[in-house]
Amino acid sequence: MSARTIQGQKNLQDITTGSPHGIGGSPLRPDGTLKVKGEFAYSSDMWHEDMLWGMALRSPHPRANILSVDISEALKTPGVYAVLTHEDIPGSKYYGLEIQDQPALAIDKVRYHGEAIALVAADHPETARRAVKKIKVEYEVLTPITTEEQALNPEVHGYVHEPHEYKSHGSGNICHSQKLVYGKGVTDEVKALADVVVKGEYEVGMQDQAFLGPESGLAVPAEDGGIDLYVATQWLHVDRQQMAPVLGLPEEKVRLTLAGVGGAFGGREDLSMQIHASLLAQRTGKPVKIVYARDESFFGHVHRHPAKMSYEHGATRDGKLVYSDVRLVLDGGAYASASPAVVGNAASLGNGPYNIPNVRMEAIALYTNNPSCGAMRGFGAVQACFGYETQMDRLAAELGMDPVELRQLNAMSEGDYLPTGQQIDSPAPVAELLRRVKDMPLPPPLDLTNLDIRELPGALSNTSHGEGIVRGIGYSVGIKNVGFSEGFDDYSTARVRLEVIGGEPVAMVHTAMAEVGQGGVTVHAQIARTELGVEQVTIHPANTEVGSAGSTSASRQTYMTGGAVKLAAEAVKYALIEKGRKRYGWAQNDLNLVGGKVVSESAGVLVPMVDLLGDEAIDLTREHHHRPTEAFDKETGQGFGHVQYTFCANRAVVDVDVELGLVKVVELTAAQDVGKALNPLSVVGQIQGGCTQALGLAVMEEIIVKDGKVRNASFTDYLIPTILDVPPIPVDVLELPDPNAPYGLRGVGEAPTVSATPSIVAAIRQATGIALNRIPVRPEHLTGTL
Amino acid sequence: MEFLRPATWDEALAAKAEHPTALPISGGTDVMVEMNFDVHRPSALLDLNRITELTEWSITDGVVRLGAAVPYSRIIDELSEPLPGLARAAHTVGSPQIRNRGGVGGNLGGASPAGDAHPALLAAGRDVYVEACSVRGTRLIPIDEFYVGVKRNSLEKDELIRSVFIPVADGPQQFSKIGTRNAMVIAVCAFGFALHPKNHTVGTGIGSAAPTPRRAVEAEQYLQGVLEERGLWESGDLLGTEVIQKFGELVKAAASPIDDVRGTADYRRHSLAVMARRTLTWTWNDYSKQIRSAA
Repeated sequence: MSARTIQGQKNLQDITTGSPHGIGGSPLRPDGTLKVKGEFAYSSDMWHEDMLWGMALRSPHPRANILSVDISEALKTPGVYAVLTHEDIPGSKYYGLEIQDQPALAIDKVRYHGEAIALVAADHPETARRAVKKIKVEYEVLTPITTEEQALNPEVHGYVHEPHEYKSHGSGNICHSQKLVYGKGVTDEVKALADVVVKGEYEVGMQDQAFLGPESGLAVPAEDGGIDLYVATQWLHVDRQQMAPVLGLPEEKVRLTLAGVGGAFGGREDLSMQIHASLLAQRTGKPVKIVYARDESFFGHVHRHPAKMSYEHGATRDGKLVYSDVRLVLDGGAYASASPAVVGNAASLGNGPYNIPNVRMEAIALYTNNPSCGAMRGFGAVQACFGYETQMDRLAAELGMDPVELRQLNAMSEGDYLPTGQQIDSPAPVAELLRRVKDMPLPPPLDLTNLDIRELPGALSNTSHGEGIVRGIGYSVGIKNVGFSEGFDDYSTARVRLEVIGGEPVAMVHTAMAEVGQGGVTVHAQIARTELGVEQVTIHPANTEVGSAGSTSASRQTYMTGGAVKLAAEAVKYALIEKGRKRYGWAQNDLNLVGGKVVSESAGVLVPMVDLLGDEAIDLTREHHHRPTEAFDKETGQGFGHVQYTFCANRAVVDVDVELGLVKVVELTAAQDVGKALNPLSVVGQIQGGCTQALGLAVMEEIIVKDGKVRNASFTDYLIPTILDVPPIPVDVLELPDPNAPYGLRGVGEAPTVSATPSIVAAIRQATGIALNRIPVRPEHLTGTL
Repeated sequence: MEFLRPATWDEALAAKAEHPTALPISGGTDVMVEMNFDVHRPSALLDLNRITELTEWSITDGVVRLGAAVPYSRIIDELSEPLPGLARAAHTVGSPQIRNRGGVGGNLGGASPAGDAHPALLAAGRDVYVEACSVRGTRLIPIDEFYVGVKRNSLEKDELIRSVFIPVADGPQQFSKIGTRNAMVIAVCAFGFALHPKNHTVGTGIGSAAPTPRRAVEAEQYLQGVLEERGLWESGDLLGTEVIQKFGELVKAAASPIDDVRGTADYRRHSLAVMARRTLTWTWNDYSKQIRSAA
């Protein structure tokens, strides 16, 4: 279905073992077949003898004071073991990823539709459900704060968090803000340099991660008074760090093991059922399982921030950008979650991969009574990309230039500076990526004489036999950072053990990395094979017995935990060689482990590893830290804030039924620099998946919130692309190594999610001639029937 | 919750009489989803899966008797010729798994205005009947009297749907549905259209654009009038854009949609007009070809 080419420079690419299953090869995922056959054990499949089922009572109101909670009837229900409210919490009542502003259970007020108020543990889920219904809550319902205008006028509309209870660095209803001034900023003098000015207001709806495996886990009380939690999450150690204070336990008594994760995309960065199940297990002394139903899942995790964005670009007549003036307002909802970091990304990346000599930017996240928003694939860079890329198309039109040429003319490359003042010190082939997608062959035009209606907008819904169909083509490019930023040391730990099992040298890799479907477990084994010259590698279950692996997010796991596995494997390799030197007195400096043997480049095979190891195991743990970054200056946004950058360019070809406003994406091409493809098959899969999620945002995915209430908490009405919506996605992979990164690799997973959406909207715009300043584009926008 | 599993149709009718609030379940593609979302907690479920005759169909005297539980996938595979409009509607139902389980009986029992089968049943003509049975006997409810309100039908509490009687198509039939993705979607709105050359009538059905599935009566009458006056049934000549346009406007006027999460009322009206024009054009082109090839 897709073409793929791997191109780039030599040397780093040539790091491979003789093993086709080392890095640079494409061994299959260990969990792939199980998942396809339905045999993989997800976190929702767990069972424990004597276990109870936990369930939460959630608020039907986005904003209300809780006058009373009466649990007496619920407690009397046969089969109910415990009913808890915030009064039963043994430790701290608040938690949060960055700011501890979220109560584990609502205290006297609720701030969003779906906020958890009380918990029930019962011997059957149906019993728990009935008991939840018997909890009586008396509310004083308040008018929710849902708009920017309301949030920014707290003296009229009130506060989501009262000023005296403020825990964020913001004020009013602003959770976090970041300003940025680059060059001369935007002054009259600067504006006078521009021949052409393009201004636009853009809006992005609330996208959901839409993972298929609902939040779930099993908390088992331990004999030492601690809790063993088996859970689907993205970062075991940060879950523990947030849980322990609430449970009133030291961290070492909260032990987490990763359970089967059914997708994440940022939606499992925050806690969901972890504290709730553990509280119930503590109280009842029994294992407690919680599995969210689909509708509860939509209330149980944060979403992508909806955004209102204002962009102004000035350029010379020949297309050189002179300045940009940008304001991004992100709706963070009721609790902070990852809003501060999302704001940092939006501000620092919100001008795109372009050289703009003068920039003024402000990004803010609001507190409102809408659903909380936080991490989602692309993390603050997605919303802005729709804004700046739409601006580039409009500027090109204004100047009568080709939109790709305008982008190439202003594209940043290695050695250039971001508006944060950070120099790009590794390849940034922005213009080249654009050239590549533009040069790819176009799909054939629609053949009206030989129609397959599955290829048309509407497909088998049979809305067109060719009537009203207009084709459009659009381009876009985007920028994303890799790893945690702004001074955060998100190190990773890996333990590697080498020993002889059954007469063969076998490596074991143990990390706390959350495998959420990204393929980290595959890559870890490849790294161990390459570094240790062994074929057999086992992956230890991820748990908190080993040090933190950081989060499976920010496109960082192959870079960070992959890098830690590399360090640990190298340490094991050196330890083994050192053992050989001591035993055999080897003097050569050209020793390596290849094919299960210690090999000297000059002297050939020295000894089988099995003989050298004997009964001994070499077991070493290493931490991998990326180069340090620094916080952005609060007022100027200047600072060496990001670890690494990644770029993706797209071309979208769409057919639009212009009478009905229905869209079929015909083809979505991507070109991305990945530094080094450790597993080329997984790399292409990540890029195609990222493009698909971007397609969803372009034409269908939105949580509809009205007056603070979620209207479509189901996969019946929150639509994600099906196979008939996803076109062929040809991927052109560049490999230009980053000298700062392990193997020269560049994080892959997010860049296409950032960049692909605007190309699709641009293509629809070309087909219809309609401005389209809001995503997702709905049929109403295309037919004037909103 | 009680779970009743009758082995025969008579036992099923007896069970329904004894438990009038029992909710019949066959494919479960609707009932189970709603139970999962806690929309219903019926006192009892009446499982019809053991009653094999519900999954059978037959044709007698030009009329299809379609068992209530014949799954959509079999309607597509086995009944595309006699029931082309319903088969096209069946293509748009959910996913392959849902089409393997769900049937027309469930659509009728649920009586959701968004049910995909309804516009096709209405368009198939006024001689479509729902066979409603109880221990008291059997009655044939004309399709035009079946839908009485939002998710309400004219079944009595003790009645079960045995089958639907639908005349074999005597002319081209079409079905179009709007969804905001290209598969597996609940209708934003839908339109069924059929030509009935034998009795010189046309049939329409509107879905998801009124409290109940409904017919565009004035549009039907207008078109029947034009076809008759101009002798178009005999000649198969072109309808002309004015007629097609007017027909679309009358279909649009017949709807009384609302704004909801799936779409706006304006869009529903607008797209109904477009679908009405297109389906009329397609069916009339097919009819013209038949006339000409017969001549």
